[in-house]
Parts: sequence; C-alpha cells; structure tokens
Amino acid sequence: MRVHPSPPEADVVTLHESVPPDAFDVERVRRDFPILARPVRGKKLVYLDSAATTQKPRQVVEAMARYFDQENANVHRGVHFLSERATEAYEGARERVRKFLNARHASEIVFVRGTTEALNLVAFTFGRLRVGVGDEVLLTAMEHHSNIVPWQMLCADRGAKLVVAPIDDRGVLLLDELEKRIGPRTKLLGVTHVSNALGTVNPLKQIVALAHARGVPVVVDGAQGAPHVPADVRDLDCDFYAFSGHKIYGPTGIGVLYGKAEHLEAMPPWQGGGDMILSVSFEKTTYNRVPYKFEAGTPNMAGAIGLGAALDWLEALPREAAWAHEDELLAYGTEALSRIRGLRLVGTAPGKAAVLSFVFEDIHPHDIGTVLDREGVAIRTGHHCAQPLMQRLGIAATARASLGIYNTRGEIDALVAGLEKVRRMFA
Amino acid sequence: MSSELDDLYQEVILEHGRRPRNYRKLEDANRHAEGMNPLCGDHFNLYMKLDGDRIEDIAFEGSGCAISKASASLMTSAVKGKTVAEAEELFGRFHTLVTEGPEKVRLSELGKLAALSGVCEFPTRVKCASLVWHTMKNALEHQREVVTTE
Repeated sequence: MRVHPSPPEADVVTLHESVPPDAFDVERVRRDFPILARPVRGKKLVYLDSAATTQKPRQVVEAMARYFDQENANVHRGVHFLSERATEAYEGARERVRKFLNARHASEIVFVRGTTEALNLVAFTFGRLRVGVGDEVLLTAMEHHSNIVPWQMLCADRGAKLVVAPIDDRGVLLLDELEKRIGPRTKLLGVTHVSNALGTVNPLKQIVALAHARGVPVVVDGAQGAPHVPADVRDLDCDFYAFSGHKIYGPTGIGVLYGKAEHLEAMPPWQGGGDMILSVSFEKTTYNRVPYKFEAGTPNMAGAIGLGAALDWLEALPREAAWAHEDELLAYGTEALSRIRGLRLVGTAPGKAAVLSFVFEDIHPHDIGTVLDREGVAIRTGHHCAQPLMQRLGIAATARASLGIYNTRGEIDALVAGLEKVRRMFA
Repeated sequence: MSSELDDLYQEVILEHGRRPRNYRKLEDANRHAEGMNPLCGDHFNLYMKLDGDRIEDIAFEGSGCAISKASASLMTSAVKGKTVAEAEELFGRFHTLVTEGPEKVRLSELGKLAALSGVCEFPTRVKCASLVWHTMKNALEHQREVVTTE
C-alpha cells in the first residue's frame, strides 16, 4: 500500500485514501477491454500509453452502437420521436458530466472536440475580453503545447506577454515563484492539473486560492487530471476546467469545457452557425443561451453519449480502490524502474500520478520504443508535446510509460524485462 | 529478439550509432543546413565543402537516435568525394531502399548503406533514416529553412 507523501509546499493536493487493493479486481476490469487480450507482433499486448489515449471499455462502444442503432437523429430541433430521444440522450450526457465534475449547473458544461479545443475556446472568447495591450498571461513551465500555443496566439494578437512560473528539477511547481509573478497586469493563469510528461499533480486548490486573492481567474488543463485525480470544480473553485473524452476511457472527438456560469454568460460566442442562435435575420442575430451559444453546428452526439457511458463505467468502480490501484502500480513501477542501472526517472514530484517518464543510459528514447514495441510493450517516446518543459529539464526527449486503470504489476514486469533487452542491444 | 529487429539494428548500424564518422563541425564549410525531427527530438547540423560540383568534405553534428545517427555517419562517408549529381542519385536509391525495400534496388550500388535495408519494415523509423539526406539536399539547394521529416 502506498501512502502519498505530502508535497512540500502544500497539503492540499487531494490524496486518495488508503483502501485494501482487494476491493478492486483488475482482472475483472480488464475483461471490459477486449483489445487488451489481443496479441501484437506475436506477443501479449502491454499497453502503457494511456496518457496518449486510453482504451475503451465495451460498455462505451455498446452505448454508442445502441445510439446509432436505436436513437440517432439530430438534436434540439426535430419534433419527431427520434429527435426527442437523441436530445434526451445528449443532454443526459451533459448532466452526467456535470455530476462527474460536481458543477453547479449542466449549462456550465460545454461539449467540444477535446481539451485543445476547450482551451482555444477560452483563449479566443474569455481571453479576448480580458487581455489587452501590455497585459500578462501566466502559465507554468510544465504545460502541454495546447495550454501554451492558444495563449501565445492571444498574446500576439493583443500585444500582451506570456509569463512562465518555474518548476524545480523534480518537476514540482514553485508556488512562491508563481505568486511572485502574479502582478497588476496578470489577467489570467493557465495551469495543468496533472503534467502529461512528468505526472506531477499540482496543488490546484491552493493555486486557485492564490490567484483569486489577486483577482486572477484560473484556466485548468484537466486532460490528465480528470482521469487520475478527483476533479471537483466546486471544491477546486477554478474558473474553467477542460478535459478530453478519449483520455478517460471515452471516445475521441469529444471533450468538455466547464466554465463558471458568470464567465460563460459574459463571453461572446466563438463559432457561429446553427444551434448557437435563437433567431437570425440579415440585420441581427440573437444568440442562444449557454451552453448552446458555444456549440455551433450539429454536435458530436454519439461522442457525448460515449463519454457519458465512460463516466458511468468509471464511477461504477469502487473509486477509492481504483485510485489506490493506480497509485500502488505507480509506486511498484517507480521502484522497479529505479532499480535498473543507468535509468533515470524524469519527474519525481511527491504524490505524482500515472506517469513513468525516463531516460536510459544514452540510448535514444526512439530506439527504446522500437525495441519495446517488438516485445508487445507500447510506450510513448519524444517530447510529449511539452518542448519548453524538455528544454527546462535539459533533455530532448523521454520514454514514457503511462498507466491506466487496467494495468497490472505483470505489465510493469514486462516493461522491465523489455528494458533489459534494450540494454543488451545498445549498451 | 525478433529477426526484423536484428535487421534494423544490424551491427554496422549500432557501431556507427555509437561511433559516428565525420562527426564534427566543418570550419571551412561553404554549405550548411539544419535538420530536425521535432517529434523525436532529433537535431543535426550538416556541413559541406563544395568544390565546384564535387563534395570535397562533409560532416555533421547533433543528436538523435541510433538510426538517424548511423544514417548520417554512413551517408557522409558515402558521398564524400562524389559529385552533386552522384550524391543526388544515391539519395534516390537510398530512398527507394528505406521506403520500398531492398528487393527494389541493387544493393551492390549502395555499398555500406545497404545496412539500413531493415528500416523499410519499420514505417515510423523511415523519417529517422532519411532526415540527414533531406538535410543534405537542402544544403545543396541552399534552402535555409530547417528540414523536418515528421
């Protein structure tokens, strides 16, 4: 059993309580994922790339198939039976997401394509409202490109400046440095909940309190947060929270932007088209209410329903035990990899989640990935869409094994065995 | 270990990856180009000294995987002393080798470059093997933009 050490700067990272691991049956979970039973390259598949995308349980696939087979029609407009059913299912998924995030109102849930689109939406509506010439947007050094580039585009457009809060060598955000960078020109703070490249869990509640004390709203990239740590937006009190369906056992092409009602109401629409309007004439258009104001065009109904099914599936598991399983596996993997001579873990923040990033001797991660692949072990190699972070850490790339709820100790052992083959080949 | 893997990481490749030839900055270069694969973090500088249309000297520096480094090492060894036209012709053959396979080329015309024949079985690695060749092409054509084979 792994007990989370408290991060040095904070005691507010929501930690999972200790639960006996036998309350969680990983083999039973695995049976919901047919893909995990397939061989690859003549070997047993060992899927350690869930931070890139998770596999999908059959319940998600079945819910989407059922929707297409039984309920498919366009939403929000038809008077006919199927349109009503489709609308109910789509809005039901919105309510499901509201519950998952513990948002106050379903109207605070905007369906988008994914985290990237959600962050772009905030940058180009909320950001444009708030950020002007000489203003500053504050980010952290561990952000994914999708929480950098939209802000960079906004700053270029507005004549504003990006300011970056540093991290230490373990990948821990330096809160005092962050605080120092919040000034009178700071209009917005963008921060990731969990780092995709390092696994660092940021003490979000504390960060939000810090920013709010200076009147700065906080936009959270929750792509890795929502799947691995509690994401209670009312508890965190963040202004926006974005996540992707496909990283939380749901389908691709659907994601969520949570925004506080007062912000969403004040924001201009982003894209124009059908569904986001109440009435249109060539002289004037009256926009629909939130969240529809931000959902121009026919939405991804099947995707939303699939995401709803994924959250149903996930939350039907004993959550605390499931989290404890992931933590225990991460601890096991951390120890196993630490024992490998010449291997260095990248990202060693206390209380981190689900990610084992590493460099191994001077073997290029790409070569590591290719050799492991022939052993059936799927990992990600490269800069993980976090080039500024790699630069900060002084490396070009890492190999990254990332965990999902279905992974096992045996799979970590397979990774370790694969790495020994890598050593024999290159060392 | 799968035999495809052994074909990819032949001893020649591993050896050139570990101890690349022509690995230095060429101080009297009159052509230079930069090649980069942002997704894997490979980054090379290629230097050439052209005398008329003959490649009098060629060298490279940078970092990358075993495949890209070995390919750079083998390429610089292969084209040194050749004319520009010969180097470009060799690039054509090499490209066919890594994208279509060894049966589509006369291996005897490729010399040591034949060691990269296993690459065609690894589509994701073709870009590693070809990065430095594209970089050379840019250097020859005086292209200033950074080459990428992503």
